[in-house]
Amino acid sequence: MTIAPEEKKEARPVPEGHVRLTIDGIEVDAPKGEILIRTCERLGIVVPRFCDHPLLDPAGACRQCLVEVEMGGRPMPKPQASCTMTVADGMVVRTQHTSPVAKKAQEGVMELLLINHPLDCPICDKGGECPLQNQAMSTGRTDSRFVDQKRTFPKPLPISTQVLLDRERCVLCQRCTRFSEQIAGDPFIDLLERGAQQQIGTAQDKPFQSYFSGNTIQICPVGALTSAAYRFRSRPFDLVSTPGVDEHTASGAAIRIDSRRGTVMRRLAGNDPEVNEEWIDDKARFAFRYLRSKGRITRPLVRGADGQLHEASWTEAMRVAADGLLAARERGIGVLAGGRLTVEDAYAYAKFARLAAGTNDIDFRARVNSAEELDFLASHVVGRGPAHLSYNRLEAAPAVLCVALEPEEEAPIVYLRLRKAARKHGQRVFHLGQWTTPAVERTSLETGSAAPAAKDNLIPAVPGAEAAVLAELPEHVVEALRGGGVILVGERAAEVPGLYSAVAALGERTGATVGWVPRRAGDRGALDAGAVPTLLPGGRPVADAAARAEVEKAWGLAEGTLPATPGRDTDEILAAAANGELAALVVGGVDPYDLADPDAALAALREVGFLVSLELHTSAVTELADVVLPVAPDAQRSGSYLNWEGRRREFGPALDASGVLPDCRVLDTLAVEMDVDLFTQTPAAAAGEFARLGAWAGPRPAAPSVPAGEPLRPGFGQAVLATWRQLIDNSTLAVDEPALAGTARPAYLRINAATAQVLGLTEGRPGTVRTDRGEITLPVAFADLPDGVVWLPGNSGDSRVRAVLGVGHGDLVGVTA
Amino acid sequence: MVDQLTPVLTRRWQSPRSWSIDTYEQLEGYQALRHALTAHPDQIIQLVKDSGLRGRGGAGFPTGMKWSFIPQGPTGPGAKPKYLVVNADEGEPGTCKDIPTMMADPHALIEGCIITCYAIRANFCAIYVRGEALHCIRRLRKAVDEARAKGYLGPNILGSGFDLEIVVHAGAGAYICGEETALLDSLEGRRGQPRLKPPFPATSGLYASPTVVNNVETIASVPAIVMGGSDWFRSMGTEKSPGPKIYSISGHVERPGQYEAPLGTTLRQLLELAGGMKDGIPLKFWTPGGSSTPIFTAEHLDVPLDFEGAAAAGSMLGTTAVQVFNETVSVPWAVMKWTEFYKHESCGKCTPCREGTYWLVQILERMVHGQGTEADVETMLDICDNILGRSFCALGDGATSPITSAIKYFRQEFLDLIAEQPGVKRPEQLDDLVGAKA
Repeated sequence: MTIAPEEKKEARPVPEGHVRLTIDGIEVDAPKGEILIRTCERLGIVVPRFCDHPLLDPAGACRQCLVEVEMGGRPMPKPQASCTMTVADGMVVRTQHTSPVAKKAQEGVMELLLINHPLDCPICDKGGECPLQNQAMSTGRTDSRFVDQKRTFPKPLPISTQVLLDRERCVLCQRCTRFSEQIAGDPFIDLLERGAQQQIGTAQDKPFQSYFSGNTIQICPVGALTSAAYRFRSRPFDLVSTPGVDEHTASGAAIRIDSRRGTVMRRLAGNDPEVNEEWIDDKARFAFRYLRSKGRITRPLVRGADGQLHEASWTEAMRVAADGLLAARERGIGVLAGGRLTVEDAYAYAKFARLAAGTNDIDFRARVNSAEELDFLASHVVGRGPAHLSYNRLEAAPAVLCVALEPEEEAPIVYLRLRKAARKHGQRVFHLGQWTTPAVERTSLETGSAAPAAKDNLIPAVPGAEAAVLAELPEHVVEALRGGGVILVGERAAEVPGLYSAVAALGERTGATVGWVPRRAGDRGALDAGAVPTLLPGGRPVADAAARAEVEKAWGLAEGTLPATPGRDTDEILAAAANGELAALVVGGVDPYDLADPDAALAALREVGFLVSLELHTSAVTELADVVLPVAPDAQRSGSYLNWEGRRREFGPALDASGVLPDCRVLDTLAVEMDVDLFTQTPAAAAGEFARLGAWAGPRPAAPSVPAGEPLRPGFGQAVLATWRQLIDNSTLAVDEPALAGTARPAYLRINAATAQVLGLTEGRPGTVRTDRGEITLPVAFADLPDGVVWLPGNSGDSRVRAVLGVGHGDLVGVTA
Repeated sequence: MVDQLTPVLTRRWQSPRSWSIDTYEQLEGYQALRHALTAHPDQIIQLVKDSGLRGRGGAGFPTGMKWSFIPQGPTGPGAKPKYLVVNADEGEPGTCKDIPTMMADPHALIEGCIITCYAIRANFCAIYVRGEALHCIRRLRKAVDEARAKGYLGPNILGSGFDLEIVVHAGAGAYICGEETALLDSLEGRRGQPRLKPPFPATSGLYASPTVVNNVETIASVPAIVMGGSDWFRSMGTEKSPGPKIYSISGHVERPGQYEAPLGTTLRQLLELAGGMKDGIPLKFWTPGGSSTPIFTAEHLDVPLDFEGAAAAGSMLGTTAVQVFNETVSVPWAVMKWTEFYKHESCGKCTPCREGTYWLVQILERMVHGQGTEADVETMLDICDNILGRSFCALGDGATSPITSAIKYFRQEFLDLIAEQPGVKRPEQLDDLVGAKA
């Protein structure tokens, strides 16, 4: 046998900003400041750990990750926690694989962790996916020498309606408390007591009412935190996991859907560093029982001669629907697509409207909207993707201004990024709003550990005056935005005339990047897919002949086939349906109570000659529809969403999809019945065609320039209403989730103390807001709103603002005690 | 026999109303301050460096060097406010030096604080006093008021242009808050648990600003050094551990109390000062610096009690809390009591200390109650090995000292306990066994 002469190692230079160290005999270059345990991971060396989490600040509490370290040729006297130590040049590290000291230290810590840990793995939710269980097997002793009394606690302790705490199982790694403090910023939970009695707990009468509490369950390395909805329901090894996308918000958060025998058992956060990192909000995690709710429509329904809906075969329902629509086509068909559609479905709606209905009367906006918004979306939003503005770009921005957007309530993952940026990079986050909400506080700079949080990041505006305030922002805000800032505008800007124009102007003035953050998952995709009256798929302006020609070519149509005039928007479609100008409506997932004037919308649906509804659940539309066609939920179909960044978020079916049809397939078949081919039989087909069509390369229309409106002046006993929705509220997709509903923020009427005094309101006592349509009574809570302004949650409990009061943000309301 | 007593810190203790500012001023009080204010702050730091003063809280870190770590200058980290925090959370079992100092001579501490703050350029000083020492807190607060009334505190002290405020903060009774970073967290109103280091308090201490944390005895020594000079200070003690030290002697001696003697004094000398063993019953074991320092036995009577001497003999100087136990005391029983203390005081942050002390107590209690096994002794040693150097802060290390050192010197006593005490022995027989009632 020949022995090759030892090759002389070429002296590789250490890359800039790196250090060179040796771990278990392997030489490795690591970026300066990297935590040792991360470097080990990159080498494939698994050091056991509990408290360490890459997205949390190091704690060094569990001491499981001890390794031996040599610095400058001198061994350190004690084993070091690799989760708190940063790499250094010339460091020599020996993990449990090469160091008996590290191995014994780890075994010792593991034995200590287990002395007070109950042996209830067979009935523990975490059993089978438990880091403690796994690491006890891989790096623990074979037996325990502990023969004495284990510490016990009563269990479980509900720390909210949704999260249960089993203190016996807790290894006190503080991941949950650090998550709450650092990531979510709402430390409802903390350590209590000390020594072996130390435990996680909540303050008295202050449950763990966080929108992000579910993440603590997921990152708990033991079974100490469990979810009320999932506890004892399943075993990890019986679950089938499918990657998915959050359908509740426009975040595009990656989720993991775990199902067993055709039932979704739980949902977890997926790991997508570009988007949601490893976090999701509780609605994304827990709100999935709508899949099996009683209101789910599973069979087509046709209204019979008796005026009642009857189950029908698909064949019959399609025929009735097609006949009704064909008869109405002459006078006109309007299409209300709704904001919950996948890109593929929205594309099918857009194509259906143009081809089967022969109209541009299509709008996805199932909420308050404006023509100004359409112009803004066309000039600033459509067709743009993460290259324009992404989560990472948002995080890196030195300053962000949120306009008509309450990020924690309306875009929770965006909120988490803003908080991270404020906390880690000193980002200035300004909020144009009405009061210092929790999100305003938690995205303020943390100047020192005990210094009061900076509150000057709220730019207050009376509802209706936002556009004017934006035009005259304080100089330091404008200055901050100038250096690569970002303006995030929410869909509520449509409620304030001139606001979208002012945002566009401010973006122009400061060079800040403008991003649009809608609330619903489907809004952005529907915009790009052309489910709007002014744009064809890919952001092609309806009024532009060249744009129409591109679409006509792609769709195989004769030149000039596509209607050339912009269509009606949601409100106009409904008005036209009410006065008979439109003879039929095709309605997707639209809740009339979300619209500007629910009464008028319901009247229109009632009046219209023929109404086809494509729905998951019975709704106010179902009651009035002539034909109801059930559609597939996300769990039983494939598709994709465009999130607020414009990033395509694809997903496949998590459950068996036989017997249910996605919207695009239903519309395709309906169109065939009407003698039109949409070629959207499958989401893949629709997506393929949409992709081939591509984005409009022509000029973007000009930004809107609607003058800033004047806020209304409240008279005696009146106030200007401010309102937006809370994340966990009466929303349809959160049905049948009592545990989740229990963590909703309580509904309060918010008002400042001076205005309350003028109106005769007392803090803690009920206050009533009324219009000529109805009234809402809620307990009064003081907040720093502008004078003469009252705030109500949009759709929480009895506070269903549009439905009950018929008014919205910026309108005048009467207020009494 | 040497003339061991070197009353520096304790020299005013016997004076009438020694705690009042009048007495203090009569006995050279606040002279050092006037002197210090004429010097450049860096000169004070250099003086303390030259004196060789080492921290009196247990670790013995050179004080002047600690002060010089505080970043100075108009920009960068030096531009932040700087703080002095005095660790008066005297909680180590057996230690009784800081509280008497603050009771008998609070102005020595306050004057030391002012000079130190002047040296490190801090305008705010907090004295974190153990919450149980209520009298002490009252007395300190009164002394701060007196000093302020005389112009030693507040804005423009003695016309020097130097401003200082001192806050006397009451702790809430947690041993862990004697650990400097836990103390800082507690002072900030947080849960008292040790912080991750780095960053060290010198760069990121109280409110994330540069902070010096010093023991009461250390700071109270500063005025004397300013008055006497570094050479005078070095005339006491040893080369590496210069200066006088308050040895607090408790236990089975005739006259327990505080004895201020040069560092390097031996127990034999201290026993002479304290009148010898009580009732002449021979010495069995003792701690040189509180229960967190490994115990010594009669073999160690001539170990010089300075930082190097104690370490060379296998223990630590600690807080020079000399606890003396005679032959009537059962070692396992005493170790059990200490371990119960550590279990009670473990903050819970890290696994080894939290779980280890919980386990050790159960073993020791079982042994003392006659339910031990021979394997328990080895198990305890191994648990201690798994705590020592594995825990987050020094509390866990300290908890193992009495156990490992007791087994080292008195293993047979543990084994005898097992042999003599078959499982049927009942707790009522314990009195005979432990002998502690003597």
